[in-house]
Amino acid sequence: MADTRHNLALRGRELTPGGVHGALMGAVRALAPLAAAIGIALLLHFVIRPWVSGYNEFWGSRVPLDVGINVILAVSLTMVNGFTGQFSLGHAAFMAVGAYSAAGAVYYTSYRLWGDAAMYGGVLSGLSPEGGPLMTGADLLFLGSVLLGGLIAAFCGYLVGLPSLRLRGDYLAIVTLGFGEIVRVLITSQTTDTLYDAEEIAQTPLWELPRYLGGPVGFTGLPFYTSLFWVWLFAVLTLVVAYRLKESTYGRAFLSIREDEIAAEAMGIKTTRYKVRAFVLAAFFAGVAGALYAHTIGVQLSANELGFMKSFDIIIMVVLGGMGSISGAAIAAAILSVLPEFLRSPPGIFSPVMMGLVIASLALVLLFTKRRVRSAVIVLASAAAYEGVRRWAESQGINLADYRMILYALALILMMILRPQGLFGVREIWNAWHVPPLRPRKDEGGKSGTAGKAPTP
Amino acid sequence: MTDSAALAVEALAVTIPTLVLDKFLQTLMDGITVGSLYALIALGYTMVYGILKFINFAHSDVFVLGAWVSFSAAAVAGFIDQDLAAEGVQTAPVAGWVIKTLLGVTVAAGLVGIYEHLVRPRLPKPVCDYCPPVRSAPTLALVAVWGFVAVGLAYAARWVLAISPPAEPSRASFGTLTSGGLILLLAMVTCGLVGFCVERLAYKPLRNAPRLNVLITAIGVSLFLQNLGQTKWMFGTRPDRMATLVPDKTLFTIAGGEGQMGVPIRLVDVLVIGTAIVLMVGLDRLVFHTRIGRAMRAVSFSERNAALMGIDVNKVISFTFVLGAALAAAAGFLMGQKYPGLNQTAAAGWVLLGLKAFVAAVIGGIGNIRGAMLGGLLIGLLEFFGTAYISPELRDVYVFSILILVLLFKPSGLLGKAVTEKV
Amino acid sequence: MNRRSALARGFCSLVALVGMAGWAGGLEPAASAQPIKVGHFASMTGKEATFGQSTDNGIRLALKEINEAGGLNGRPIELITYDDKGESKEAGNAVTRLITSDKVVAVLGEVASSLSLAGGAVCEQNKVPMISPSSTNARVTAGKKYVFRVCFIDTFQAAAIATFTREHLGLTRAAILYDQTQAYSKGLRDDFTKSFKKLGGEIVADQAYNGGDTDFSAQLTTIRAANPEIIFVPGYYTEGGNIAIQARKLGITAPLIGGDGWDSSQLAAIGKDAIEGSYYSNHSSPDQPNMKDFVEKYQREYGATPDALGGLGYDAMMVLFDAMKRAKSLNGPDLAEAIAQTKDFKGVTGNITIDKNHNAQKGVVIVQIKNGQPVFVAEVDPSKSDKK
Repeated sequence: MADTRHNLALRGRELTPGGVHGALMGAVRALAPLAAAIGIALLLHFVIRPWVSGYNEFWGSRVPLDVGINVILAVSLTMVNGFTGQFSLGHAAFMAVGAYSAAGAVYYTSYRLWGDAAMYGGVLSGLSPEGGPLMTGADLLFLGSVLLGGLIAAFCGYLVGLPSLRLRGDYLAIVTLGFGEIVRVLITSQTTDTLYDAEEIAQTPLWELPRYLGGPVGFTGLPFYTSLFWVWLFAVLTLVVAYRLKESTYGRAFLSIREDEIAAEAMGIKTTRYKVRAFVLAAFFAGVAGALYAHTIGVQLSANELGFMKSFDIIIMVVLGGMGSISGAAIAAAILSVLPEFLRSPPGIFSPVMMGLVIASLALVLLFTKRRVRSAVIVLASAAAYEGVRRWAESQGINLADYRMILYALALILMMILRPQGLFGVREIWNAWHVPPLRPRKDEGGKSGTAGKAPTP
Repeated sequence: MTDSAALAVEALAVTIPTLVLDKFLQTLMDGITVGSLYALIALGYTMVYGILKFINFAHSDVFVLGAWVSFSAAAVAGFIDQDLAAEGVQTAPVAGWVIKTLLGVTVAAGLVGIYEHLVRPRLPKPVCDYCPPVRSAPTLALVAVWGFVAVGLAYAARWVLAISPPAEPSRASFGTLTSGGLILLLAMVTCGLVGFCVERLAYKPLRNAPRLNVLITAIGVSLFLQNLGQTKWMFGTRPDRMATLVPDKTLFTIAGGEGQMGVPIRLVDVLVIGTAIVLMVGLDRLVFHTRIGRAMRAVSFSERNAALMGIDVNKVISFTFVLGAALAAAAGFLMGQKYPGLNQTAAAGWVLLGLKAFVAAVIGGIGNIRGAMLGGLLIGLLEFFGTAYISPELRDVYVFSILILVLLFKPSGLLGKAVTEKV
Repeated sequence: MNRRSALARGFCSLVALVGMAGWAGGLEPAASAQPIKVGHFASMTGKEATFGQSTDNGIRLALKEINEAGGLNGRPIELITYDDKGESKEAGNAVTRLITSDKVVAVLGEVASSLSLAGGAVCEQNKVPMISPSSTNARVTAGKKYVFRVCFIDTFQAAAIATFTREHLGLTRAAILYDQTQAYSKGLRDDFTKSFKKLGGEIVADQAYNGGDTDFSAQLTTIRAANPEIIFVPGYYTEGGNIAIQARKLGITAPLIGGDGWDSSQLAAIGKDAIEGSYYSNHSSPDQPNMKDFVEKYQREYGATPDALGGLGYDAMMVLFDAMKRAKSLNGPDLAEAIAQTKDFKGVTGNITIDKNHNAQKGVVIVQIKNGQPVFVAEVDPSKSDKK
């Protein structure tokens, strides 16, 4: 008689009952993330945003939006770069495809339905909605377009991925780079502006409309539906999908491909098929992110800006967070979204912002690293260096903001040299909850000190 | 030529519409010229990839720097009015910060040398443990000497021009040509130094890191160089004109018939192609017929085995970077001669040029030197013919489409060999 | 779960919260200080850096004069410039930050139309007036209440160039070589084609290049074959020089004519002989009196000759200041109303009147390059053209 506790197959069957009960459980399991996502997004949009915006609107409304979109991009790229170890340099191209598809859909449908492309959304859309119903038809149009953008991007991902994922790592990088450039050139070499006459739009047949995407000036006249709600809805969903993917058999296959592709193939995993799947999924989310990006206020959707430089930005986020780490990618996306704004006018070390940052870093470092003294010294030394540089620049009359890009580039290089595995390596933040012991115990062989198992930086 | 043959040629010359021949020859000429520039840049990419197996994205910035450094050097040498001045030569001084930095490096080299060889051996035991060895003195000294050589070349160019100025503006003289050659050498030396420093500081610590990390570092270096070039004490953000070191002479014209302009074969184009060919032949000889070349090929074949054979891998890698950077600088100088208007260092045009050269390297077979030369030429011709005959708007699309086609059907490139992965 | 790790977690979270609270505490809104703040978003780094820095220099020069004269009723005006790296998302961020964090009363910027569109959307939503010194795409101000510009728009400029070519020079065959990656260039080309054809001219060749290209021989060879009398090159001076050089090398003798994107001393510095005798449209000519003073002042301050953008930046700031003086208060709507009522303002780049579309009505001046310097040829007002 098999002891069910140790027989995983039987235990699995125990855990997933059949019948209605099982179906209900399955449904709950499937929908719980969506409900959680909606809940979190609503919280952010209706509670946290107004509260923080009361203090400072830029950091309350604008920055979380940027952070959310970058989280979607970084986490989706982790699926390709991190899980399967493939080298994709054209992620921004999928973002562009998704953005333009969604933009075209929203804009022209809006014209056909309502005669212009003004904002008809409810309170859920837009960064500072005035008032009105919770959700209108326009919101549904926006949602549909975002999903459409994702689907078209996924389709492009399939087209690009299928032939090129047969190739070795570097070649995929080059092909995706080339694909990105082709998309950019094809869109910007259009010589027509977006149509803005309602009658003209009503008369143009549907298949001609993709010609009118704006060209080099970008897609002008889009309504600004993106809000914290939509962005964080999709961001949470992306995170959940990525997490579940990583923990599933698919995820195992991906990770095995990353570790040793030949061995995985030898073990019977059809590597090309799995790689294409990761690629398509990543392209879908990139398309969604692009669609959300296009409808943000203060953004002029232009394929020129979604070229390989943007792809590099996303790659930097993924590498900074640690390849293969979802939470790492998300946190790195947050940091890198905030950093350029931060560098615009760096505050002094004794201001509340910087003091808060230094205290928080000291706390985290003291608790989670093994070599506490050394890490604490590093934090304090960098704080001192920061203040020193800032004061020197002020005394010399040099505006540090002018050298923002140089400092950013130097920081990037240093980061890669000093900590190449990124912030988290391949681990997740929810796995790193162990605290190393204050004093390593030499007598007991690690029985009572389970907390002291932390593999840390 | 026999009479009948001459008649046949004449008949052909009349029947083929002269305009078509004009355009064809002109496009061919330009394609080869720019293609040879792409080839020079592609060589740098391919050599670095062959040795270190990574794509050095910062390479195109060395190319840009080469163009701008030759611009500054020309100003120092005396081509200050962007013209070959006849009456006396006005020169710009070498930037103060350059001399100061070099002196600083020299002093640092001296201090480090003193510390390592005189102070450290004499320290008492307990203190000695806390003082780590610092072995950078020779490298710092090398950098300092290198920099001074570059500065010296600038002064040499100035001296040569002063003792043998041109008889009248826009005419060549022994002085201008030699000065031009010295400026080319200076650009190569300076960018070689830049390549050396970049390799030592940014890439060497990451020798064993995963490839994506090195890629990101390369991007960081690229951003750094671009934005550094934009600052006011480097080259600023205004576009400028490169001094014309070569007079604008047309050597001969392939006549296109009456009333047509024909295709002028200009001195500039000939010099650009000539210099590029000389450099490429030189590189080929270096790589295939010298000891250091053999060492480079050995390291690119297998680093570990090369080390086992007694080759100093670090030196070979540094040498490769320097060589690649020098070639890119030469390409930058030549580019400045053919297209005198130079854009600021972060302009989009430069990045695209570098990217096309990279595509050339890939198409020729990345890691393969002759492939890079062939690839460069092909890409140049393709780009120009596509622009002239199909559509000028889609100029960049041809290059990238060819890239994708080649990668799909022959991923190892035209001259590359398919490498089977060994488990 | 071990008690120590739970304790540690709690402590860590608490400290992190303290840190975050410190962060939030630092986000207090700026206290209202004495100086009046004006924001400027420009590309100070990146591929458009040349243009952003020129504009910023012009604005700062104007500001220096304003503050030396006492500012607005004794209150000095402070300029906050944010770099947008030439990207529209950064432009949106910069403008949002200027309006919400720095609480500026008005925003100046940008040069590139796509960036002005991005920033303009934010200004429009927050009801803060924005004056663009040199964005020429019509849609930047179309339908907006708070966005203005002190330059003429593409349609107007192109029509003026077409009128000059057709009537002043009397030419009928024109070729176009435009930058397809720049909305400005594309706009000028579209409108020039329409106007020129309406005036009875003929476009014999229409070729495109990408901004930043260095080689134009393919396009120029095609243009040469079409044998035009004049070539319209509505791009920026960064390529204009190279285009002229290569056109001459290919044996094209027809003159070139460009838009206000050609205005820079570097154009002649790069083009030299090749650009000699070519024309371009501008807001004013340096040998006109009001421009001469400005050029001197600029040279004294920055040690270089200004280009069109420097002059336009200067005018944008002066127009704003003038409106501030006339406005009932410094609120968005009042200030916008005052700007909209600007009439016959004597700027260094011409007489500026803001029309009902929030665009500047001013004459277009055509200059010709003689001996490396732009020289006044004619002032054109296309609405007064003979043939209509």
